[in-house]
Amino acid sequence: MQHVSPIREPLVTGGKTYHDITEDVCRQVEAKPNARWAAALAVALVGLAIFIYSVYRTLWFGIGEWGLNRTVGWAWDITNFVWWVGIGHAGTLISAILLLFRQKWRTSINRAAEAMTIFAVICAAMFPVLHMGRPWLAYWVLPLPNTFGSLWVNFNSPLLWDVFAISTYFSVSLVFWYIGLIPDFATIRDRATGPIARRVYAALSFNWTGSAKAWSRYETVSLILAGLATPLVLSVHTIVSMDFATSVIPGWHTTIFPPYFVAGAIFSGFAMVLTLMIITRKTFKLEDYITLEHVESMNKVIILTGSIVGVAYITEFFIAWYSQVEYEQYAFINRATGPYWWAYWSMMTCNVITPQLFWFRKIRRSLTATFIISIFVNIGMWFERFVIIVTSLHRDYLPSSWAMFSPTIIDIGVYVGTIGLFFTLFLLFAKFFPVVNMAEVKAILKSSSGVHHHKHATMHGTEKELSTTNTHHSND
Amino acid sequence: MQDRIKYWRGIEELENTPEFAKHAHNEFPEFLPLNETQGESQSSEVTAPRRDFLKLLGFGLAAATLASCEAPVRKAIPYLNKPVDVEPGVANWYASTYFSHGDYNSILVKTREGRPIKIEPNPSSGVTPLGTSPRAQASVLNVYDNNRLRTPLIKGKEAKWEQVDREITSKLNGINGKVAIVSSTVISPSTKQLIDEFGGRFGNFEHVVYDANSASALLGANGGVVPGYDFSKANIIVGINADFLGSWIAPTPFAKQYIKNRKVNPDKKEMSRHYQFETMLSLTGANADVRVPIKPSEEAAVVTALYNSITGQGGSAPANFDKKAFAAVVKDLNANKGKALVVSGSNDPAVQTLVTAINQALGAEGATINAAAPYFVKQGNDAQMIRLINEMNAGTVGAVFFYNANPAYDHPLADKVVSGLKKVGLKVSFAERVDETAALVDYVTPDNNYLESWNDYEPQRGFLSLAQPVISPIFTTRQMQDSLLTWSGSKTTFYDYIRNNWRKIATGDFNKFWEKAVHDGVLENGTSLLKTNPAAANTLTAAAAASSLSGRRAASGIEAVLYEKIQIGPGYEANNPWLQEMGDPISKATWGNYVAMPRKMAEEMGLTQDTVVKVTTANGKTIELPVLVQPGQAQGTVSIAMGYGRELDSMPVVKGLGANAFPIATVANNSVIFSSPVKIEKTDAISPIAQMQTHHTIMDRLVVQENTLAKYKENPKEVTEYVRLTTHDGPVKPATISLWEDYEYKNHHWGMVIDLNSCIGCGACTLSCHIENNVPVVGKAEVINRRDMHWLRIDRYYSAVEHEEGDYQTMEDPAENPSVIFQPMLCQHCNHAPCETVCPVAATMHSSEGINQMVYNRCVGTRYCANNCPYKVRRFNWFAYANNDKFDYNMNNDLGKMVLNPDVTVRSRGVMEKCSFCVQRVQLGKLEAKRENRRPKDGEIVTACAQSCPTDAIVFGDMLDPESRISQILVREQGERAFHVLEEINTQPNVTYLTKIRNLA
Repeated sequence: MQHVSPIREPLVTGGKTYHDITEDVCRQVEAKPNARWAAALAVALVGLAIFIYSVYRTLWFGIGEWGLNRTVGWAWDITNFVWWVGIGHAGTLISAILLLFRQKWRTSINRAAEAMTIFAVICAAMFPVLHMGRPWLAYWVLPLPNTFGSLWVNFNSPLLWDVFAISTYFSVSLVFWYIGLIPDFATIRDRATGPIARRVYAALSFNWTGSAKAWSRYETVSLILAGLATPLVLSVHTIVSMDFATSVIPGWHTTIFPPYFVAGAIFSGFAMVLTLMIITRKTFKLEDYITLEHVESMNKVIILTGSIVGVAYITEFFIAWYSQVEYEQYAFINRATGPYWWAYWSMMTCNVITPQLFWFRKIRRSLTATFIISIFVNIGMWFERFVIIVTSLHRDYLPSSWAMFSPTIIDIGVYVGTIGLFFTLFLLFAKFFPVVNMAEVKAILKSSSGVHHHKHATMHGTEKELSTTNTHHSND
Repeated sequence: MQDRIKYWRGIEELENTPEFAKHAHNEFPEFLPLNETQGESQSSEVTAPRRDFLKLLGFGLAAATLASCEAPVRKAIPYLNKPVDVEPGVANWYASTYFSHGDYNSILVKTREGRPIKIEPNPSSGVTPLGTSPRAQASVLNVYDNNRLRTPLIKGKEAKWEQVDREITSKLNGINGKVAIVSSTVISPSTKQLIDEFGGRFGNFEHVVYDANSASALLGANGGVVPGYDFSKANIIVGINADFLGSWIAPTPFAKQYIKNRKVNPDKKEMSRHYQFETMLSLTGANADVRVPIKPSEEAAVVTALYNSITGQGGSAPANFDKKAFAAVVKDLNANKGKALVVSGSNDPAVQTLVTAINQALGAEGATINAAAPYFVKQGNDAQMIRLINEMNAGTVGAVFFYNANPAYDHPLADKVVSGLKKVGLKVSFAERVDETAALVDYVTPDNNYLESWNDYEPQRGFLSLAQPVISPIFTTRQMQDSLLTWSGSKTTFYDYIRNNWRKIATGDFNKFWEKAVHDGVLENGTSLLKTNPAAANTLTAAAAASSLSGRRAASGIEAVLYEKIQIGPGYEANNPWLQEMGDPISKATWGNYVAMPRKMAEEMGLTQDTVVKVTTANGKTIELPVLVQPGQAQGTVSIAMGYGRELDSMPVVKGLGANAFPIATVANNSVIFSSPVKIEKTDAISPIAQMQTHHTIMDRLVVQENTLAKYKENPKEVTEYVRLTTHDGPVKPATISLWEDYEYKNHHWGMVIDLNSCIGCGACTLSCHIENNVPVVGKAEVINRRDMHWLRIDRYYSAVEHEEGDYQTMEDPAENPSVIFQPMLCQHCNHAPCETVCPVAATMHSSEGINQMVYNRCVGTRYCANNCPYKVRRFNWFAYANNDKFDYNMNNDLGKMVLNPDVTVRSRGVMEKCSFCVQRVQLGKLEAKRENRRPKDGEIVTACAQSCPTDAIVFGDMLDPESRISQILVREQGERAFHVLEEINTQPNVTYLTKIRNLA
């Protein structure tokens, strides 16, 4: 049994009852799509169309459609890959680590955050495949028994580790997300009026009965999956960072990369969650569930991780100087003062300076400011990967091979296209799936909502226990 | 008989009914529904039965699917009768000769299944035994050029040879006026004799010889021949606007001689000192120890001052001139009499007369100039050509034949050639394609490619060589000499003609002598066949020349120089995509010409690289070209290469590239002067120059090393800087600290040594590699995108302007007159290769013989290996470069594909490729040795780059064999000049470089 301090801010506001929660969340699923949603989907579909066209050009004519060259072998492709993977991290962190730490405020945002993780990883996974010269042979990176003789994958290669890391991460996240959805699907099933909807949601809910045993297993599985997912939050971006850290290229070959990348991933992920949440709560009128408290908590995480990232940037410079390796020193001087100085300073401004504004409580609690800064962080984190990848490669060891990279329209198309893909998926999710985890929000309603908290302060402990039990049986 | 049958096919047979008898001969007596589907017998009525519908549908679908999966059917026709000597899969080699516009190479032609696929140097030759020029390398593609003429043309229409012969013969019989054959230099003794015989029957005949890049004045000052320069004997070499390593006279032999006296090793710590006075930064200037930029108009002053100083007339350095450098030259020359050589590229008779006088004063004759062996590779006589052009315009020329000559394009009086041609009755061109001149003639009677022809050559007195056909003519072309013979009414072939001609010099049994000569390709016993034209000699005395020059004054304003690019030459072979894609050795620019300009001038005029400028020449013509900021270019001058600005459909590869710069050349006093004052105006247009290298300084890095001869003599152990890692045990070699296990090499360990002191940067190796390994051509746009595919490139670094340590911004700028260093860069075949560890599918791995291998079939194209390569030598197939209309070069047509090396895979799109150490040659060498039950001999296995190097800068071999040349070099140079590039990354390359040594004054 947990004790909740009476002076804590409530997590659910507006005096909601269990039924209100069900109504508020299911309304989106059950009602006809509203115009704003349809308009948003239309825009997202345009993005998706751009994606399909750009991918067609890439696959049909070759990677030459991109702006890469013999010196810069990776640019926007891997930048986008790392950016999307990083964004995905927030979902896992919120649902897994915060679950393990019993952070109750996570309950109203974890569903959308996890969905974001999955869609972001889908977007991310496009790039390792698309960036291959011969993507139709992408399955060769899997250690499959084959008829090519004794051919096996190269376990020394960080790209191979990536394959394992990303696929594991994706499957665990997907399962975790889906398990959480099951009771809510059952709720929608129970309320569904149309025969098709009922059948579909029944199938999606795996005929959830809501029995005590089912709830008990649900809790256990959630806990186990949270345990599994937690190391993944750290491992995935650690391994992604090793794509660079294990190489010999100045600017890549850096031992600070694993923690720096993980912090950066959480940083960018929280920014993206905020961007999405602020829109979702407004669009779907979920202000009582996704409160300013949530926004502020996430902003605090952003200050923390943003500062870690900032320290990492500075440490890199220090180590470059301290190492006395001329190539390393040049790589960093070139970042800040070379032809790509604008990318570096965009990154510094967006990632290091803007998040520091969250030290002001007013800004931290301002939705508009948060939204703008979250966009800044998204941009800054994209530039971070661009700076690492392109400015390190474009001037490495032999000055004879130094070159510039400039993106083609197809490069831009693929990137913008994945954003379209992401929002298409996210909007479909928001329409057809419950965006807030009803079951878990109900579990905290008695303990952490303003109404109950203030009215029955003395009864608090009992009340909460009761409510938990109640929740388990109420799928109304 | 029926009674004797004991076994029946059925009761029907036993009974032998009439019905059975009727069907007895059928295999299947019953009715079979075959015809139903065939629909042949009852065509109109029968349709496919209903029950077969699904079957047919299924079959159709499966067939369509299978057909779309399968690669298209390519026909391979087997030999009905196998030709003698052609063994499928085994190469045949034939000795031959390449000669084009001064570029002479005695060569071996590699043929596979009857197709010439590669040119290599002929080691039996005394003139060019070591390597070839880039143009000679690339010439093998010219025979497969789809744009060559396939038949003769009469007034632009395709015609039959019989008709052409009939018409020309009849016109020649009734010819009025002069008959002239206009050619570039002919060094074929038999051809020359044939031309004289052909002309003999006309009352007024002249064989007019001119060279697009003329050496008329040089010939004039030396009795009609190029003196027999021997750079290997010179301790002091002074070049004045003579790019003798790149484009002047005979670069391939000169490079060989030059480097002979530049190589150093612990046993020979002496080398020549080379001064170069020049306008543009040439390949030769880039190799010079002391280089002084001069304007073309200052040439006369420099030569006069040198002449006065050497002959003791107390000359001093000309005004605004580097006095120290000049004093050093004079001192060195005086101290090395009999061991010095002065050469000038000027086409001014007075200047050349003085240069000859200087050489005489220095005692060069008989020492650094071999009087017995002058060069014949340039014989053009400017005055003769100018006279002919005037005669044509005067209407006194009855017939003109153009052989290897294109004056409507490459003569300064091209306009007058065009107008004059209108007044000539019979105009014939032997051009292989409709070039600018051939477009104006009545008859184009296309000559064979040299690989389809018999010919003989004498590039230098006493050095004869032969060319033999290695493929029968691909098109209905005819060798020029055979045409001449036919038109003279002779029935002999040119082959017999040469043989007859060579009988004069034969010793012993002629057939044996001839066979040996054809086999060796050369005959170098001192006999000479070629007649020269002493009439070209001028009568100027040195004193007269000196006084005529003393009045000259340096011109004010901008002076432009017309020069020849090593790979393009005067432009006859400009349609060769390999040559176009080869970077200029100095500017690294490909696919087009440009205005090379000193930085100061560009800054003053507010110009940046790639800005198009309008150059107005003295004769009022304009040339629009982009600017290339060229360090080393003399102040107040620009230079523009010849060979571009072709607007011909017969040259699609070069069509629309650059502009024609021949208008810069002017005619004065019956000689062609290749520089003239110009006006330059800025335009708003931008035209990107496709450079293979865009960063030009070394950024104070230790990737390429050089030192001075003085230091080398003092202590050879100090000329090379070695990186040492600091540990608590003190500094150690990086290779001693390693994460990886070392490979164990049991059989061979292949390696390469590149002597930076021998490399002149000519780029023959890059082309040789390109051709040997079927490397695709990507075109101008893709070079601009930095996607050239060269497996071997030559990095060229300029020294930077004065800068403080760590001032990265400043050190990006090349010095105004930089010292230049070349570094051939190819896969280093690292023993601890960064690329090998990062490939997820193990598509690149180490062989048991030390070669870093690339398995194209396994590559999925992540490009991680290329990113992780510190040397950036890996090349990615961004597109399909073969069979792709976007890359319409030789790999996109059936004829052009004939040149592909069948031993090397053509890579598909999406895979990585790189230098393989010519693994196909290594394997072949090992197999041949194995067949003879022995180990491969050192020198037997040679990579393409090493084989084609004219200066023997690259040595390839087995480092496990202690007797091999490479092992001995490595032992000899260890700790002195041998170094690995980027040793501190501990990649442990199998390619070792030797520090460049400069003999600074």
